[in-house]
Amino acid sequence: MVVAEDVAVDYLNPAHHGRTTAIEDASFDVRRGETFVIIGPSGCGKTTLLKTIAGFMRPTRGKLLVEGHPAREPGPDRAVVFQDFDQLFAWRTVRDNVVYALRVARNTPVRAAREKADAMLALVDITRAADKYPHELSGGMKQRAAIARALALEPTMLLMDEPFGALDMITRNQLQIELKNIHRRTGVTIVLVTHSIQEAIYLGDRVMVMSRHPARIREIVDTHDQSDVESPRFAELTGKLRELLVHRDQELDVPEEAVL
Amino acid sequence: MSTWARLPAVARYALLVAAILAIWQAYVTLGHVQPLLVASPLDVAGAAWADLKDGQLEKATYNTLINLILGMIVGTLIGFALASFAVFSRIGQDLLTVLTSIFNPLPSIAILPLAMIWFGLQPKSIVFVVALATIWPVALNTDNGFRTISQTTQLAARNLGLRGWRLVTGVLLPAALPSIITGVKAAWAFGWRTVVAAELIFGVAGSAGGLGWYINNARYYLNTSNIFAGLVVISVLGILVEGMFGFIERRTVVKWGMKRAA
Ligand SMILES: Nc1ncnc2c1ncn2[C@@H]1O[C@H](COP(=O)(O)OP(=O)(O)OP(=O)(O)O)[C@@H](O)[C@H]1O
Ligand SMILES: [Mg+2]
Repeated sequence: MVVAEDVAVDYLNPAHHGRTTAIEDASFDVRRGETFVIIGPSGCGKTTLLKTIAGFMRPTRGKLLVEGHPAREPGPDRAVVFQDFDQLFAWRTVRDNVVYALRVARNTPVRAAREKADAMLALVDITRAADKYPHELSGGMKQRAAIARALALEPTMLLMDEPFGALDMITRNQLQIELKNIHRRTGVTIVLVTHSIQEAIYLGDRVMVMSRHPARIREIVDTHDQSDVESPRFAELTGKLRELLVHRDQELDVPEEAVL
Repeated sequence: MSTWARLPAVARYALLVAAILAIWQAYVTLGHVQPLLVASPLDVAGAAWADLKDGQLEKATYNTLINLILGMIVGTLIGFALASFAVFSRIGQDLLTVLTSIFNPLPSIAILPLAMIWFGLQPKSIVFVVALATIWPVALNTDNGFRTISQTTQLAARNLGLRGWRLVTGVLLPAALPSIITGVKAAWAFGWRTVVAAELIFGVAGSAGGLGWYINNARYYLNTSNIFAGLVVISVLGILVEGMFGFIERRTVVKWGMKRAA
């Protein structure tokens, strides 16, 4: 699905010919149908890595293959759900956001696009908001709409950058459960960036822990099938990830909620 | 809250306008003003009514609006094109910077003598200067609108594979609409002043004459009431167009939550 070999990504700063290395020596693979979670301290380069997989940026060094080809241009086969709420087009209703995406990205005929949009909105449970404009929705509803739009494209991969980061606990837990169900039903490959250890273990089949800036891969931990938050195995994994994230890195500034 | 503040807005404005008209009328009738210098509201209404009945005032208004609208359409399209070129290329951005630096400070009415040499004493000259007045506010505001589109909105558009022309019409233009409307409003304000001024200077007679010509013609015959009638029409049209922009905003950017209601 995705194969990364010694990937490094630099940001060039044209103002003073500076260069910031965001990612260094990243080698990993994402397997078809799995939920691959990327976790790491703030500013370490998680978004950068996701943008590189999405094709918004190119690796400065190393090799990054998506389905066997270098990821050059962004495209609807790698649908992205962003953290920010303004990823929906403000001038279209929720339904039209999905219909428009299908029309331009998949050339779907209008009627078929409408049917599909309604099915997707039902899947993420926001049918009653279908005719509303994005600014009329709550944060959680916006993220549901964004997920519906991404899923409608039938991507080979769903790339999610802290999609629930700005939501309250209850909404967040609810959406985590729904995402897990959607994953089970559709089998879509998911790459998920998160700050939350609990979210990583609950949703992830494997969790890749990244170190502080410039990001290097610290370890990839197997966390598949952990839906019981109360189980001893879950607690053990939480301890392990927390250890990897916090205790081995003294000057780390992981947000409080991530260290639950 | 005072009694005044409790009245609906329309009533408050109507009362103020009525008061101004009453003072004006009283000043003219009681103050024994030379009717040649200041016409009373009743005289102005009479003159306007007479010219509306024989179609002269409508014709002048129509001519002015046609010139204005044609000029604004041409200017707005060129403005959009310049701004679109500017988002996609460095040279486009530089071109926009250079052109706006040169032309924006230049009152486009100052180009009228040149336009008259190029196009003759024809409405084409007026359309030309109106277009020139429109291009820069539209181009600058549209460009600014494109540049302030949120990063995430742009990434979401690229994620759908949108590029080139489809990206402009499908995402950039609607996302920049608040700035674009601001630009077109500014363009209208410039264009409206330019078209009236151009007609005043221009003075093409007869069927092609607009409101500026109408006023100048009235001055020629010392019909002070008609001068006032022309000014009133210009002002009323201005108010209507402002209202139209408000309506468009409520139906678009306000409805979409991109701009707060006034
Ligand atoms: N456009 C940019 N230009 C220059 N440097 C950048 C740019 N974007 C990010 N960086 C730098 O790259 C590093 C990684 O940023 P990135 O956004 O990928 O972090 P992140 O892990 O997603 O952080 P967070 O968890 O806070 O979202 C940071 O040090 C940041 O300062
Ligand atoms: Mg990030």
